[in-house]
Formats: sequence, structure tokens, C-alpha cells
Amino acid sequence: MSQWEIVIGLETHVQLTTASKIFSGASTAFGAEPNTQASIVDLAMPGALPVMNKGAAERAVKFGLAIGANINRRSIFARKNYFYPDLPKGYQISQFETPIVQGGGLTITLVDGTTKFIELTRAHLEEDAGKSVHDQFDRESGVDLNRAGTPLLEIVTEPVMRSAKEAIAYAKALHGLVRYLDICDGNMQEGSFRCDVNVSVRKPGEPFGTRREIKNLNSFKFMQQAIDYEVRWQIEQIEDGKKIVQATVLFNPDTGETRAMRTKEDAMDYRYFPDPDLPPLVIDDAMFDRIKAAMPELPEAKCARFQSEFKLPEYDARLLSLDSATAKYFEDAVKSGADAKLVANWIIGELSATLNREEKTIEQSPVSAEQLASVVARISDGTISNKIAKTVFESLWNGDGKTADDVIAAKGLKQISDVGAIEKIVEEVLAKSAAQIADYKSGKEKALMSIVGMVMKASAGKANPAQVNEIIKKKLG
Amino acid sequence: MSWNAFATVAETKAALEAKEVSAVDLAKHYLDRTAQLNPGLNAYITLNPEKTLSEALSTDNKRSKGEVAPLLGVPIAHKDIYLIDGWRTTCGSKMLENFVAPYTSTVVKYMADAGMVTLGKLNMDEFAMGSSNETSFFGPVKNPWDTSRVPGGSSGGSAAAVAAGLAPASTGTDTGGSIRQPAMFCNLTGLKPTYGICSRYGIIAFASSLDQAGPFAQTAEDCALLLNAMAGFDPRDATSLDRPKEDYTRDLAKPLKGLRIGLPKEFFGEGNEPGVLKAVEAALDVYRKLGATTVEISLPNVKYSVPAYYVVAPAEASSNLSRFDGARFGHRAKDYDDIVDMYKRSRAEGFGAEVKRRILIGTYVLSHGYYDAYYLQAGKLRRLIAEDFKKAYEVCDVVIGPTAPEPAFQFGAKADDPVKMYLNDIYTICANLTGQPAMSHPCGVDENGLHVGMQIIGNYLDEARMLNVAHQYQLATDWHKKHPNI
Repeated sequence: MSQWEIVIGLETHVQLTTASKIFSGASTAFGAEPNTQASIVDLAMPGALPVMNKGAAERAVKFGLAIGANINRRSIFARKNYFYPDLPKGYQISQFETPIVQGGGLTITLVDGTTKFIELTRAHLEEDAGKSVHDQFDRESGVDLNRAGTPLLEIVTEPVMRSAKEAIAYAKALHGLVRYLDICDGNMQEGSFRCDVNVSVRKPGEPFGTRREIKNLNSFKFMQQAIDYEVRWQIEQIEDGKKIVQATVLFNPDTGETRAMRTKEDAMDYRYFPDPDLPPLVIDDAMFDRIKAAMPELPEAKCARFQSEFKLPEYDARLLSLDSATAKYFEDAVKSGADAKLVANWIIGELSATLNREEKTIEQSPVSAEQLASVVARISDGTISNKIAKTVFESLWNGDGKTADDVIAAKGLKQISDVGAIEKIVEEVLAKSAAQIADYKSGKEKALMSIVGMVMKASAGKANPAQVNEIIKKKLG
Repeated sequence: MSWNAFATVAETKAALEAKEVSAVDLAKHYLDRTAQLNPGLNAYITLNPEKTLSEALSTDNKRSKGEVAPLLGVPIAHKDIYLIDGWRTTCGSKMLENFVAPYTSTVVKYMADAGMVTLGKLNMDEFAMGSSNETSFFGPVKNPWDTSRVPGGSSGGSAAAVAAGLAPASTGTDTGGSIRQPAMFCNLTGLKPTYGICSRYGIIAFASSLDQAGPFAQTAEDCALLLNAMAGFDPRDATSLDRPKEDYTRDLAKPLKGLRIGLPKEFFGEGNEPGVLKAVEAALDVYRKLGATTVEISLPNVKYSVPAYYVVAPAEASSNLSRFDGARFGHRAKDYDDIVDMYKRSRAEGFGAEVKRRILIGTYVLSHGYYDAYYLQAGKLRRLIAEDFKKAYEVCDVVIGPTAPEPAFQFGAKADDPVKMYLNDIYTICANLTGQPAMSHPCGVDENGLHVGMQIIGNYLDEARMLNVAHQYQLATDWHKKHPNI
């Protein structure tokens, strides 16, 4: 496979977070009864006309600014004409020749720490279609138009990715960015973030091969599987002497295979033309300046600030600034007075692991930033050990107590640092450990660890481990 | 009750305000007259006397409670392209034969806000595509002056109803002359305002960048009163002009002394029937007597109006009419194999020949590889024509010429030759391409006694001046006071 180069470009449909649709006043909320969120405009009633939702345009501009793109201050809506039951007007309102955002790009970081700049071609505004339902009625299909008219930003890259890993890293970075900007909720199950992946293969140095487009991938896992399958399939075809035919394909997660939906021969002529119902979308100076002034701090800037302001290593800073919710959690915890590096360790370690295990996002964490800060503070001041802290964290996660102090008091987890009390336990343990003492005295360092372990066990883990060590060594002189 | 069915809107308004007549009396009068005469004219597609009378009664109640509105109780009939909540709205098509509108268009709402009472829905060419009303699924409208002749189109029912005294006024829409040409054919005053003055929301779209609503009435003064009610910004139409309301009657009384009339040489050529030119020349003499001066101008690019129009209008129509697919409303074929078959059969059965022709032309000109040569090119021509007018207004205030090259023709005379039919709109189309206001007023008859209309094309937003010009002419003449003998 090494003699083949993979070429990938992505088109991502990002659902914008406006409360109402892009051209009508109907709600965009997910999950309502079919067709209850479809207005006269969404139903394409005769005489109905679209009116631009400026909120969608603002979000597009925000995105354009974040990726250093050119914002077309005057962009044009066009009609993309085709017949389909979930497309009530018989055309989709999109942007064709003059999109609102052109150029720009974003830097991705691969697992091995290398970075790559992914150039974007464009991002344009358009409306989503409705949903066809084929499995609920006997011999008939249903159409739910609640989603029709939902605002989308379609973000298109140049064909610059060279592996599935790069494509996934780009998709994840984009996913993080749109949530950072608060222009998309990022909910992939509900279809708020969907990727079409264009894949082709070639021998290095040759012109681009013929591409096939994998439609509508809504999980990073599926994207990885789909690209892997597609690449293998294309190489096999070519090595078998067959030609790749340009096509749109669907990925089937059950079989792990891609299957052609339609080829270029039956591609439609969309008869694009400027929509006469909508004047050019103009972003005037006032609007532009207002959006620019309200831009949030972006991941790169945040990562740099975390390093300088909190003296975090780059690795920690990058992980914590990847998405805005994690960054906010971190800063909230530090604001509550906890040590920044310790908080970082806990978020990257225990908290992330627990969230993953319980399939929760950081916004859904039962342990708040302030609660985590209270745990970290008690480690810092020696009240509890790191090990006990995990017990405290677990209790807070389960809702037993409001702060670390509550849990420590209720469960008697306060660390024993009183020399007399520790000496007493040490003496009791030593009295029963003649064999280990002999081993230690004959030079076996490991025997000491075993004695420390016994002391810790006898103190129910509460004895200060450093003191325990010191006292044992002194006693065994 | 005795009532002159040809009373103007101004007279009707005055009579209602003086309580000489009630809105219910008026509604009954026009409904009775319609019941008697409509079968011979076919001007109305849908009547709903119960609704009409209840609306009339409600305006009478308002008046007795002391409420006022500019046109409280004045009846109006609407072209069947305007949606009115609860009213069947067919657009002259089998496709919408049984479609009951679920909401009300902005123009109708504004007119109802002004107190007007809906008499019914008027016949029209199918989807407003036609110049003779012969393409209506509900049959042609007859010209009340001569029932062997067409009333013009596409707003043929709107013109015939007012000309026959079946309504004191009506609404129409004008995409390429659909108000002005029928106004000429039926001896009425009709106005297409500046694009964006009247909301298109709730008016079934033919060609979105050209469609504009406007009134039909006996006089220019009536058109001003009606436009006061119809016009106004609408946030639901993104092409609606966001500007303060104006009073279109404000300049009616101004004398015409000093008015500069531009006469484009392209409008006075050989294509006109001699009788039409004669009537227009005579009307120009009246204007000169009223103190206006005339100046010859040239609009060199206007000759491209018809070809540009027959690219833009069908292109937009082909897309606008895609929503009539049988899926959610409108005609659906009885039997079909699959979804594509359902579309094909429903649309093949639901649309008439002229509509299909325009959809085919429109689909063709928008096709991949043809867009630049047709649609883009037509857009350039629109700008060139607008430039011609801009230059013209440096030397004149209004542009005047015949509304159409020939008066009302016989049924069938052009039905088999679409190009001949299209050329009937040769003088009206340019104002739709540029978005300027234009109107037609009666100015005489040809040698056969057929009515001739004079078209006034104004500069953008210059409706008040155009109405002033026509009103002053009507004070000095009585062509507009002639009514058919029925």
C-alpha cells in the first residue's frame, strides 16, 4: 500500500445554532412531532417567500474570522433545482458563485504531535432539507419537514489531507472550533455536524485520481472505517486494472462497506441561478465590526495563554484548550483557588477517564469545577493524599457531599500527620514483622516497601506516607 | 336600491361616508349583477357571497361604531393569484383547482385593513402566463365591449369585471404587461407600480424579479386611492422596499404646465396599427394643450425587451413552479408507479400547454452550459435598458407611447402562434425588466371602435406624478367614462 498516496477533501455540514430557521420564523429545535415546526415558508406554500435570518450570517462571519478567511461582504443566494419529496420548493437555497466565506484554514495536530495547515476552499450558507421516512407506513413514504430550512454552513476543504488520520484530526479540530465559536452544538447523533469525505488515490507525483464521495458520516469512528474501506477498495480496483468511476457512495456501519448511490452519469443538472426572492446578503461595516469585537479567544491563543499565565507545559495547555467547555472548567477551578498544574493533572487524568467511562461530556460532569478545586486544595495543604483524593472525588461524583471537606469529615479521611499516632501504628506493625525486618537488615530494600504498605493498610490509608517512611527508617536505624 | 355599477371608487367611498349606501347594499348589488352577467363573461372563478356579505356587514358595523378607514366598505375583487385565507385560490390552473389558501397575502390584508370588502376571485391566464386569458383552465374571459374578443391578459378577469361593472375596482399582477394591456383592451386605468412597492408575499409567483401587484379602476384617481391601500413595506418579502408610506393622491390636482413628455421613437414605428397611433397622437395633443411639452427620445436597447423577457421570465417560472409537485397540495395523479412517475403525471395533468412551454424554455435556458449565454446575457440587457431610461429622464419627466401595438383581438387570432402573442407585450415588458412604474389609461378608439390605451412609464417611485398626469388628462377628456352596453 505504501506506493499509493491517499488524497482526501472534506465537505462538512455544520448546523448553526439559530433559534429559528434560515429563511422562516419556525423553530429549529430537535425532536418535535413531525411537521409541527414547518411554517408556510418551509412547506413551500404558493406565494410564500424566504427572508434571511441575520443570525445565520453572523455565525458564518464569525467562522470566517476564526479561520482567517476572506469574508465576502456581499454574497449571493442561488437556487439549486431538483425534485425530491423532502425538498418542498423543488429547489434548495444555497450559495454558489459567491459564498459568504472564501479561503482561510486551520492547523491540525496529529497524535504524534506534528501539525499541518488545512486550507479551506469556502464556506457557504444554505438550508437543510426535510427528512423522508420510509419505514413507518405500508407501501408509502412519509416526509417530515421540521428540519427543512434549518441553517447550515457547508465548509469545504481543498484536497490536502493525505491519510484517514489527518482527515479525522481535521474533522475533530473543526468540530472543536465550531463549538468554541458557539455557532454549532456539535451534536453528531442529531446530525448537527455531518461530513462528506472525498477520497481518491494516486501514485505520488501523479495527477489526482478519480474521487468518490462518501456521504453523511456522523461519527469519527465511522469516518475512519469508511475511509479505510474506501481506500482499500479503490486500490484493489486499480490494481485489478479497473477504472474508478466518479460516484457518490454511502457507508454502511453494519457491514463496514461503502456502496455507490449514484454515479456521475446520472448526476443532476441543478440549474443554479441567483434566487430572485433574496437580495444579495450584505455584511455592512457595523455588523462586521460588532462580530469582530465579540470574537471569543480561539484555541491557539488560549493554549499560549495557559502556558504563560498558569505555567502549564504545552501538552497540558493544548489538551485543556481543545474545546471551550474543558478550558472553561479548568479556568473555573483555578479561579476557585486550586493549583493550576494539579487541576490540569486531574482534568486530563481522573476526570477525563471517568467522563469517558460514563459517556458524559464535561458540561454534564457531576463534579463541578469548584468541587474539583476543593479536592485539589486539600491535596495541596496535605489534608489528604492523592490516593484518598480519588475516594473523595468518587464520593463527590456519586453525590455524597457538596465539597471535599464534607466528604473528608463524613468519612474520616483526614490524613494522619501526628508523629506519635504514626509511631504507635509503626510499632504495632514492626512487632509482627520479624521476617521483613530481617530481610531489610540484610539489604533487601523491597522489604521496606512491604512494611510501609502494612502501616498504610493499618491506618486505613490515612497516614501521611512520607512520614511513615521516615519513621520506619528511623526505628530500624 | 339604485346604484350606478360604474361608480368610481372615489364616488363609492363618498356615498358610504355620507351613509347614502351601506357596504352590504353595495356587496349585494355587485353580487346580483355578477350572478346575472358573469355567466356570459366568465370574469370570476370563485364567489363566496356568504363571506362577502359577512365582511360587508362587519365594515358597516365598524362605521356605525364610529370607526374610520380610508376605503371602509368599498368592494374589491382580486385576481385569483392572491391567496386569501379560506378562499379557493386556483391561479387559473387545474393544478390548484381545489386549493384553499391557508393564509392571506399582504396586499389583500392591507386592503382589508383599509376597509375593503372582497367580492370574489377573478379569472386569469394560467399562472399569469398569457396575454389573452385564453390559457385559463376555467375558460377564457370575454371582453365586455365585444364578447368575440379577448379582454387581454393575464389579468383578463380583473379588467373584464371592472369594465362590466361587476366590481368598482380590482387587483391584478403585472409581470410583462398583465395589468396595462388588459386595461387598454377593456378601456380602464391600470397601474403597475415600482418593483418592491407592493409586497409579493402571498401572491403566487410567476417570475419573481418581474412580478408586481397593482390596481384596475375607472380612473387614475381611483388607482391612487387603491395604491394608498395596497402599497407598503412588508418584512415578509425581502424584495419589498423599506420606506415610509406615501399619499399617491397628493399631486393629482397639479397642473401639467412644464411637464416634459418623452416620446421614444422606438414606440411609434411601423409595428403599430394605424388606428392606435392616431388615438395616441390625439391624446398627445390634449397633453400639449394642458401645458406639457414633448420631446423625441431614443431607447435603443428596448428592442431587446421581448427576447430578454422570454429568457428571464420562463427561467424563474420553471423554478417557481417546481413546488407544484402533487406532494403536499394541488393536483396529484390518481395512479402512479413511483415518486418520479407521480411528479410526471401530476404535472403533466395539472399544467396547461402554455405553462409547460414556459417551464421547458426556462429549464433549457438554465441548463448547464447555457446559463451564461441566456440568463446572464438577459441580465446584462436588463441593465442596458435601465441605462437607456436613465438617460431619457435627463430630458423628460415621463415616457409615453401606446400600451400595445393593436387593440383587443379576436379569440383564437394568436392562440396558435406564441411569438405573435408574445409581441403584443412589446411596449409593456421593458418596465418589468427595469422595475419602473408604468400605467395605461384610455385615450380613444381605433377605426373599429376598439379601445386604445396610452402607456405612461415613470421614473422609479414616481407614481404620484404619473397619476397626476393621467388624472389631469381624465379631467380634460371623457374616454374613461365610456362603458359597454350590457
